[in-house]
Amino acid sequence: MEPYPSVKNILLLDSEGKRVAVKYYADDWPTQAAKLAFEKSVFTKTQKTNARTEAEIAMFDGYIVVYKFIQDLHFFVTGGDNENELILATVLQGFFDAVGLILRNNVDKRTALENLDLILLCLDEIIDGGIILETEASVIAGKTTSDSLDGMSSLSEQTISQALATAREHLARSLLK
Amino acid sequence: MAQPLVKKDDDQEDEEYSPFLGIEKGAVLQEARVFNDPQLDARRCSQVITKLLYLLNQGETFTKVEATEVFFAVTKLFQSKDTGLRRMVYLMIKEISPSADEVIIVTSSLMKDMNSKTDMYRANAIRVLCRITDGTLLTQIERYLKQAIVDKNPVVASAALVSGIHLLQTNPEIVKRWTNEVQEAIQSRAALVQFHALALLHQIRQSDRLAVSKLVTSLTKGSVRSPLAQCLLIRYTSQVIRDSSMNSQTGERPLSDYLEACLRHKADMVIVEAARAITEFSGVTSRELTPAITVLQLFLSSSKPVLRFAAVRTLNKVAMTHPLAVTNCNIDMESLISDQNRSIATLAITTLLKTGNESSVDRLMKQISNFMSDIADEFKIVVVDAIRSLCLKFPLKHRSLMNFLSNILREEGGFEYKKAIIDSIVILIRDIPEAKETGLFQLCEFIEDCEFTYLSTQVLHFLGNEGPKTSDPSKYIRYIYNRVILENATVRAAAVSTLAKFGSIVESLKPRIFVLLRRCLFDSDDEVRDRATLYLNTLGWDGSVGEIDKGVKEFLFGALDVPLVNLEASLRSYEPSEEPFNLSAVPKEVKSQPLTEKKAPSKKPPSFGVSANGPTSPVDAYEKLLSSIPEFSSFGQLFKSSAPVELTEAETEYAVNVVKHIFSGHIVFQYNCTNTIPEQLLENVVVIVDASEAEEFAEVTSKPLKTLPYDSPGQTFVAFKKPDGLPSTGRFSNLLKFIVKEVDPATGEAEEEGVEDEYQLEDLEVVAADYILRVSVLNFKNAWESMGPDFERIDEYGLGVRESLAEAVTAVINILGMQPCEGTDVVPNNARSHTCLLSGVFIGNVKVLVRLSFGIDGPKQVAMKLAVRSEDEAISDAIHEIVANG
Repeated sequence: MEPYPSVKNILLLDSEGKRVAVKYYADDWPTQAAKLAFEKSVFTKTQKTNARTEAEIAMFDGYIVVYKFIQDLHFFVTGGDNENELILATVLQGFFDAVGLILRNNVDKRTALENLDLILLCLDEIIDGGIILETEASVIAGKTTSDSLDGMSSLSEQTISQALATAREHLARSLLK
Repeated sequence: MAQPLVKKDDDQEDEEYSPFLGIEKGAVLQEARVFNDPQLDARRCSQVITKLLYLLNQGETFTKVEATEVFFAVTKLFQSKDTGLRRMVYLMIKEISPSADEVIIVTSSLMKDMNSKTDMYRANAIRVLCRITDGTLLTQIERYLKQAIVDKNPVVASAALVSGIHLLQTNPEIVKRWTNEVQEAIQSRAALVQFHALALLHQIRQSDRLAVSKLVTSLTKGSVRSPLAQCLLIRYTSQVIRDSSMNSQTGERPLSDYLEACLRHKADMVIVEAARAITEFSGVTSRELTPAITVLQLFLSSSKPVLRFAAVRTLNKVAMTHPLAVTNCNIDMESLISDQNRSIATLAITTLLKTGNESSVDRLMKQISNFMSDIADEFKIVVVDAIRSLCLKFPLKHRSLMNFLSNILREEGGFEYKKAIIDSIVILIRDIPEAKETGLFQLCEFIEDCEFTYLSTQVLHFLGNEGPKTSDPSKYIRYIYNRVILENATVRAAAVSTLAKFGSIVESLKPRIFVLLRRCLFDSDDEVRDRATLYLNTLGWDGSVGEIDKGVKEFLFGALDVPLVNLEASLRSYEPSEEPFNLSAVPKEVKSQPLTEKKAPSKKPPSFGVSANGPTSPVDAYEKLLSSIPEFSSFGQLFKSSAPVELTEAETEYAVNVVKHIFSGHIVFQYNCTNTIPEQLLENVVVIVDASEAEEFAEVTSKPLKTLPYDSPGQTFVAFKKPDGLPSTGRFSNLLKFIVKEVDPATGEAEEEGVEDEYQLEDLEVVAADYILRVSVLNFKNAWESMGPDFERIDEYGLGVRESLAEAVTAVINILGMQPCEGTDVVPNNARSHTCLLSGVFIGNVKVLVRLSFGIDGPKQVAMKLAVRSEDEAISDAIHEIVANG
């Protein structure tokens, strides 16, 4: 048994198994090829399942993977063989809900890529080197989006979608307070 | 026409739209120049960093130069006051992970942020700095980190604590100084700070059992807030319970009340963690199990797949050791067979197979049949394994279980899956005599339509061994000969061998077999023709051999009793000459001791000029070493070399171990000596051996070691003569004698004058087991039967009170020094009786087979029945003597 719960990786893939954002915390997959092979295997083995209402779980190659899908996005959290499944599921739920808050429930691949900076910050706030940093979605989303408005100097430069994103952030922030 | 075309374009655009479409590394690196602008555009810079991170995330790599350039450019961005940009800068620095000499550039900026008034800056700067820092820098920032741990902002405190957990791996001595602050943080009101502080404190103290125990005891009294921290505490509690149960044998476990209370916690993760901890107690009682199993049973019908999975997985594990405790859940478990989640369904089935009783088998099999078609091969293999063990448990049910196996054998499936089924059927045939005929018949049907050459040949081989002993062997011939007509050359050759086996055993079939074999003489493949010719002649089709003698049978059925690697090595070194290759000269020692293998090269003395290229096994190395010493060259073939036996305590001045080399009429002790004192040089090192307690041995020669410098192992040898071919035993006391010369540590030169000195070593024993080689046989039953009962010796022994059956079995195996066959050295948990099969070769190349039957009764009295068969009466008796004296 690990001395503390640890996460081996978090994957956010699209509906074809391509990367949107991934983060590896363990050396179990030392090369890029090994990482891609793992992602492919995870994706194909879970593809046909219905993980849209409740988080699903699978075990293969000595790993536990919990996952949840929405629109064209597939969320995965991987842990070791002996890990407490419920802890992994809590991390997954935290990530999933935080992304929902950040993207203002408009969760699909396109919006996710448009806000990739926020998604990456969000990952950074959930896990640090495999150790769980925070699992509460509102806190994660709050840490990701807050204070980032100060830099919005000139509104004139913003495109419509950026303006919308700004508005969204304002809203999220007011909701969270 | 135009309209659909436009629409298609639209679709495509929509589908492929991505803000990163057509992104290219070179261009982005160019864009990164904006970081150097005097007037920073924060938004633009953020976008460029996002692009860089996107590239890295997609698996793009930067060269060293590119990474350095980006890193230096990014450091410029600390000038900007924009917090959003700052976040991206932190992220980027962590991704690039700059080298040690580059880190210095950002250190001051990050240290400034660490003392900023903005909490977000402080927390992130700590995480970044700790990620990229090294030991020297760490001492500079240690003060700030200690403050941060007790910071009133939980985000800052957590950042420092988590960084501490990482740093403990690389700089433990620094992090250990933070204990007071970490202890204070454990009292924090913020849930996650407490979690991180607990994890760090436990890591710091993990080697100190008493401290961990104290920590756990104080925290279990209640003040732990978050479920995550509770899970940690449960893990640490079960560790304390494990450690303490090793010391005391009182039935009551400390702290188990706490774990039981956790079963009523409101968070599922805590309940699962606690239930799992309880089920994993060593020697858990049913009273302890019941509450845990009850909560898990409730989870089985949860709407959440993760929760169902966690419960069924835990119960599955419990079922392996305590099947009765899980039977209560069988009804819930059965409904899980149809679970959407196939991992859960498979776990449910295998659990049921373990807990099911004899009467429920048929019903269960029906349910599983429906389920098998829609799960993946890897799950099917798990089910097949479970069915095999179920069948061994309830031999009376073999009919329906074998039926099931044959049904799934007919269905589609990959190689691994089919192999698992075939292996299971073979095991069942071997262990359940009633299942033999149906099982063989199923195998026959299988090879009629089998796409895997390997499996066909395996089945044919097995048919050849078992088929002739059935009531009506003739019915298998058709299936086997069909292979000769229809299959590829490999399978045809295997089928020819199988036919020959039938011919050799079943006299009435012989004429018909000859007809079939003669047809094979015209096969298109060399191997098939060769085999047919060989078998026709050995079986005497032209009437030249009236009766099949024992040699032929052994040739047909006897397994190759030399390890293939050894055979390969011997064949490689064989040079074509008048002298035929001698199979019995191939060393038979099984090379299964990687530890000695690793040690061996370092013990080889440079003075003997044995080259260390290529992985040589200890036996080969010893053989080479000994044959290079003229005094020993007349001793003949080396029979066996023992594992090194230590003659000194660890960490003494002189470390000596001995290897016993057994020859037919001699024994050579090889003393491996190491001098562990840098200030000494030893010369003329000899071992004086007193063999007064070993009457049958007479010292013939000894070979001293000229010099033994510090930390460079050397050997000295002593050789004894002993009665030829007999397992003589005895006890030898050893005295190390040498001349000590002082060595000047500065120059490394030894003084001229030395002093004579001696050093008492521990005694050495030559036991009967030294004369037995561990050689395995492939099929023990066949070997046993072909050996015949001529020199069988059976006797019974009481072994007295033993810790467990497994311990008794291991002890007897070690005394005899023989090779356990067919995995019979493993004793199932809680077994009351056990049969262990051993094989070996005694000095003089006499094969020995041993069948041990163990039984244990209530007060742990172990009795053993020992049956020995060998090719020599005296050897059979000798085995009994070994046991009687052991």
